[in-house]
Amino acid sequence: MRRLLSSLLATMLLAAFPAAGQNAVPDIPFDSVANPLSLPDDIYLGEIGGVAANSKGDIFVYTRTGHPTVSLGTARPFAHGGSRLFQFDKTGKFVREIGANSYGFVFAQQVRIDPQDNIWIVDQMTNFVEKLDPAGHPQLLLGRKPEAIPVPAPRGDAGAGARGGEGGGARGGGLPGAGAQSDVFNRPTDVAWDSAGNIFVADGVGNARVAKFNSKGVFVKSWGSSGNGPGQFGTVRAIAVDAQGNVYVADSTNKRIQVFDNNGTFKTQYTNVGTPTALCITPGPNQILYSSNSNPPEDFDVAGEIYKMKLDGTIVGKFGKAGKLPKEFGTVNAIDCRSENNLLIGEIANMRVQKLTLRP
Amino acid sequence: MKRCLAIVSAVVLVWCAAPLFGQQKATIQNVPEIPYTSVPNLLKVPAGETLGESVGIATNSKGHIFVFFRSNNTRLWEFDKNGNFVKEIGKGYYGFEFAHSVRVDVQDNIWTVDEGTNTVTKFSPEGKFLMVLGRRPPAVLGAVASPAGPNAPAQKYIFCRPTDVGWDPQGNIFVSDGYCNNRVVKFDKNGRFVAQAGSEKAGKEPAQFNLPHGLQVDGQGNVWVADRTNIRYQVLDNDLKPKKIYDNLGVGWTVCVSQGPHQYVFASNSNPNGNPPGSWENTGEIYKMELDGTVIGRFGRASKEFGGFQVVHMMDCRNPNEILVGEIESWRVQKLILGQPAATKTSSSR
Repeated sequence: MRRLLSSLLATMLLAAFPAAGQNAVPDIPFDSVANPLSLPDDIYLGEIGGVAANSKGDIFVYTRTGHPTVSLGTARPFAHGGSRLFQFDKTGKFVREIGANSYGFVFAQQVRIDPQDNIWIVDQMTNFVEKLDPAGHPQLLLGRKPEAIPVPAPRGDAGAGARGGEGGGARGGGLPGAGAQSDVFNRPTDVAWDSAGNIFVADGVGNARVAKFNSKGVFVKSWGSSGNGPGQFGTVRAIAVDAQGNVYVADSTNKRIQVFDNNGTFKTQYTNVGTPTALCITPGPNQILYSSNSNPPEDFDVAGEIYKMKLDGTIVGKFGKAGKLPKEFGTVNAIDCRSENNLLIGEIANMRVQKLTLRP
Repeated sequence: MKRCLAIVSAVVLVWCAAPLFGQQKATIQNVPEIPYTSVPNLLKVPAGETLGESVGIATNSKGHIFVFFRSNNTRLWEFDKNGNFVKEIGKGYYGFEFAHSVRVDVQDNIWTVDEGTNTVTKFSPEGKFLMVLGRRPPAVLGAVASPAGPNAPAQKYIFCRPTDVGWDPQGNIFVSDGYCNNRVVKFDKNGRFVAQAGSEKAGKEPAQFNLPHGLQVDGQGNVWVADRTNIRYQVLDNDLKPKKIYDNLGVGWTVCVSQGPHQYVFASNSNPNGNPPGSWENTGEIYKMELDGTVIGRFGRASKEFGGFQVVHMMDCRNPNEILVGEIESWRVQKLILGQPAATKTSSSR
């Protein structure tokens, strides 16, 4: 009966949203711990940019919290604050704050943990991609915070925060969205690595490219520009790399996941999973790709489900929908899938983390 | 170059950019390499905190290390000579918004230059406020868009994004000013205006500047200026009259003059922010020279790795064999122990 109901629901959903159309995607049953993290009384989580676990199960949350502030200086307003990075143990107990008062933390976008348990932070406003060692000390910085923010911001210019002043955000002067041939980002969104340690940055909202660096931070190449052809991007929202080094890119406004080889050559695309906003590939053999068709923060009556796929694009199933209840999602921005059936989900519009157990 | 950049082709962009950084490449040749090692784990920052853009670095006579850096707020931290954290100075101070330089004078007073508040501040060796030059733009005027067009006329006692400070043996104060003036200003030791070279206008003639970005005064009272956008160093006499120009050492990012009876000058051809294509090959090294301009050697290169440089913003060279460098990118302070220059193939650089 339950299965019948859920497939009925799926049919209704499919009828409503043909963009996510695929014949009878099975629903994956799951449970949720809706409040897995315990916080000190004076700390609140805000919008969850990223959530990720390390090899010990410790949980890292990069969140938009506190007060993003602009202060007045030499006819150059300076941006401060607004995001913090917290560490919890595997039971959800608060361990510590990392990088208090950091220059790099203004608009939390993502946190990822690499195989060596280094903590990687992506900030969409300071344009930093930061590698912190497991103790939280900066090891490698890509990108740079714009020295100041422009006043007045150009009307309707979503990239305003990434411009003005020296450092950060400069256009490359090439094709629109192609960016500079360097580690100058414009609202970057995500980071991933291949087995050789090469770094892949999703760049992002302001640019429309993927940038590749070697493990020492030397720029290797970038690919992409604004558009909807193969190898072009609308908004690059997330990135993941599989064990073979293939690069999966959430090209969200074009409603597709594009797959590239390690050098950026277009291989294929998956167009049946809605608006991919967060990606995660499981470690180990038989890798699984999770992709969230996140609802926009201004609408909880559409989308919201997360797809479980094989790397070749075959959809295994899906779970969840937009909403405020446990087991519902509010603009998922982060998926941690270190364990295939135990996921951490970070939500922007619900300002919370959920711990899911899939029961396929 | 501007037109070149506007051409809508990434390929052409790269092709155009290469000559730009070729221009910033130092033209001096056959300079011996000075070997060096970087001291690991130099600064022990307070638990849970990190440095930010470490634009200002200085030591006092006890070897204490001062770092003036851009974190969430601009901050000034003092460490002892072993790198142990001593204290924060100026927490919440009105003149800290966007750090640019910190220097320590012969009496161990600590001077900060803040380009976000247009102020130069003198603190006692203990960190007590003593004197301020310049004024923070009043907030009551609100947030003002960076004005287009020419810079407003320079005023004697108001800076426009000042960059650095130095003193002659008599205690006169020299300020490089800055990003939206293009001048060097001399004040007496009590902060009274004496003279200026340059103006709000950028210029290429001797004693004119285009982004004077670093400044130090040697024991003879000569003023060394890193004239960054002009890609040169200028030496002025004590009355700010032009004496010498060095245009073969690459971009004039920052300059340091060591102490003691035999002074040396260190000049940094720092790699540009943003690591544009070609920049690491052509920039990043530091030159060591005599006061008469004779170049003794060079060291360092652009890299994100420890021991390499990511936009050296400032140097401390109190001891000419132990150089502290503060970097913008990579958020680092490094202490470099210099060795003897390698034997040179030719003596032409002497």
